[in-house]
Amino acid sequence: MITIDGTEVPFEAGQTIMDAALAADIYIPHLCHKPGLSPHGSCKLCTVDVDGRAVSACTLPAAEGQKIENNTPALNEVRKTITQMLFVEGNHLCPSCEKSGDCTLQAVGYHLGMLDGHFPQFYPRRAVDASHPTLMLDRDRCIMCELCVRASREIDGKDVFAISGRGTGRQLIVNSATGKLADSDIETDDLAAHICPVGAILIKDHGYEVPIGRRTFDLHSVAETDLEEIILKKTVHHDQDDESVEKEGGMYSA
Amino acid sequence: MTSSYQLNQTDHLLHVLFNEQQKSLHISNAAITSIAAQLNLPRAQVESVVDFYSFFHRTPRGRFDILFSNCTSCGDLKLMQQLCERLQVKPDNTRADGLVSIGQTSCIGMCDHGVSLLVNGITLTSISAQQIDHMAELIEAETALAQWPASWFKVGNNIRKEGLLLASSFEPGGALKAMAGRDGAAIIDEITAAGLKGRGGAGFATGMKWKFCREAQGDTRYVVCNADEGEPGTFKDRILLNSHADTVFEGMTICGSVIGAKQGYLYLRGEYRYMLAALENTLQQRREKGLLGSNILGLGFDFDIHIVIGAGAYICGEESALIESIEEKPGIPRIRPPFPVTQGLWGQPTVVNNVETLVAAARIVLHGHHWFVSSGTWQSRGSKLLSVSGDCARPGIYEYGFGITINEILNDAGAEHVQAVQIGGPAGRLIPADHFEHRIAFEDLATGGSFMIFDHSRDLLEVIHNFARFFAHESCGFCTPCRVGTTLLKNGMDKICSGHGTAHDVDEMNRTAALVSRRSHCGLGMTAPNPIRDGVKYFPELFEARLLHQEMEPEFNLDASLEEARNLTHRDDEEAHL
Repeated sequence: MITIDGTEVPFEAGQTIMDAALAADIYIPHLCHKPGLSPHGSCKLCTVDVDGRAVSACTLPAAEGQKIENNTPALNEVRKTITQMLFVEGNHLCPSCEKSGDCTLQAVGYHLGMLDGHFPQFYPRRAVDASHPTLMLDRDRCIMCELCVRASREIDGKDVFAISGRGTGRQLIVNSATGKLADSDIETDDLAAHICPVGAILIKDHGYEVPIGRRTFDLHSVAETDLEEIILKKTVHHDQDDESVEKEGGMYSA
Repeated sequence: MTSSYQLNQTDHLLHVLFNEQQKSLHISNAAITSIAAQLNLPRAQVESVVDFYSFFHRTPRGRFDILFSNCTSCGDLKLMQQLCERLQVKPDNTRADGLVSIGQTSCIGMCDHGVSLLVNGITLTSISAQQIDHMAELIEAETALAQWPASWFKVGNNIRKEGLLLASSFEPGGALKAMAGRDGAAIIDEITAAGLKGRGGAGFATGMKWKFCREAQGDTRYVVCNADEGEPGTFKDRILLNSHADTVFEGMTICGSVIGAKQGYLYLRGEYRYMLAALENTLQQRREKGLLGSNILGLGFDFDIHIVIGAGAYICGEESALIESIEEKPGIPRIRPPFPVTQGLWGQPTVVNNVETLVAAARIVLHGHHWFVSSGTWQSRGSKLLSVSGDCARPGIYEYGFGITINEILNDAGAEHVQAVQIGGPAGRLIPADHFEHRIAFEDLATGGSFMIFDHSRDLLEVIHNFARFFAHESCGFCTPCRVGTTLLKNGMDKICSGHGTAHDVDEMNRTAALVSRRSHCGLGMTAPNPIRDGVKYFPELFEARLLHQEMEPEFNLDASLEEARNLTHRDDEEAHL
């Protein structure tokens, strides 16, 4: 057993604190973690205090007797600051982003009570790649979570994406001779094309099919621990001409 | 990756890229594609490595590519500016004729030699303003480096005080012969009895590290020597590699025999490339003497050593980032656990030891643990090599038994009117004068060896600013707190040092610093805020004196933002300012 905020939580050998928490229906905020992909530990949103030591819940193996602080005002303040850091280092213009309402970064911001970016904006210059016929890569919104990198490698059996550079100069790159998405072997059905938690990788020709107000995080809280299944469902796009289907539940809902 | 994987030294991605950079002065998209094909690596991996390491460039550098150290001890950007003006080239730009490019780089480990730089990757020391003019002429005449004055490239040892390790001589093979008749467990017991702790700064017990690795499950094992001495102000490994390379390699070989490794790697920082030929030569001599290769000295074990050379990335001094770099990837620190002793290089149990640790281990095997514990304190056995630099009469290497006070060191180095000492480099601690009775020891001030002295003529705020820039430049960018936080801290210091800061900015920096220290992925982020935190704690008056006012100051400076308009209209009169 481990203890999270005073609640005893069982775990199995090999589980991380995050695994054990999700299984017990306990939400630990996270962006770079997705069950089924190898843990990464880069966004640091899942930072928890284990017996007074700061660790990432998604990478630290659960161990007998751990006393874990998770949902505390102090930790949520830290997470809010980290979320603000992610907002100011990129160019996140929610009102004009198709992912608005389906965006996990935005949802985490709301969940943590983030009202502004707090820090001065970095305004980085990052390239857009619109070369692919069905996919759009807008690096302005990339948060370096590497979910697409891992999904391509571990699930799609390809190596379409990587992160290049160093420090604030890091950026998402494409594994093709030209560096363009069109020349890579990504396919629209690949998980890597759909896993982006923000609007950095989007499916073209499908915009604003679900009205604001009826999207994933309009209907669900990011803290719902079964959300992974809702979000991770492969795209079955809302057919704009099919009036029989009620258009709600997010762009990736069935 | 198979466990029998052996890296071919000439085909190592970092080495192939270095050669390409030298040949073509940059690494083009076409070169990335062909190198990826040649080495059978994903193209994106090659591209990410090119973009990660500072010494690789995507656009052409000059035929003379000059990088001035921007370290507070071995750098002076005024001289860089002087050379730029003489050669009519802007910093970080390549001159239109392709002759020269001039930029800056993090500390190159020449802090005892005054202002230093790298020219086409080769170290040049003790530069004066007069020399800059001469250098400009040589460059304009396109004089080959071989024809430049040989004295410019001279790197001395500057050993000022010898102790346990430096005073005694060492016969190559001596420690290996002393191993005869003792098994690995006995060697580990000897090192454990000596109380040897890692000399890189973290201070993990060396005997225990070797024991863990020896007992870990694996198909094979590796020994890695961390010679990526990147902490600004540190240069003691340079001296050990220069004059005690045999002892370093012997320490690696002993470790290999103890843990059951057949292959060792020395990871040499790219800034020390000038030592490569001599190190390779030493390795070759050791092979010829039967001290490397198969059945070493008839003791029944095989071991060899390859050298991998870095390319300008401080983070590769972190052991798991270093392992990633040997594996031909960007130097991103791994998730721990698992630790390298169980899953290190190519997933196999690996010992990563600092240069000085391996020298000490070889000497302990040779002389026994009683010899070693004759020096130091009971919690910090043996001696420590300190790299002393900055404002003092006698910069250089000082070897002391642990327990020496800062005051004693300052006396020996001939330092006067000392304002503060930075111990352990920017990642260490900033120590004010009323703390100079503290001691160098794991139980008091632990250090990898950097000891930078700042007298009262120094603008300490600019020193802290320099360190903040260093960390923002060197953060690998993997985790959010360090990637964004080190830049926020640099921006905060920019604002305060330019006279635009307010009390609120200092509070903001404190808050960000605390978060970065506690929530970062690795030691770089955890220590990056130290200079600012120590500065605010011990020298608050320096910050206060530079604040515009104690109230709120807008982020946006209207007058500064009109600069471009003034330049365009060629105006700088009063009316053009607010």
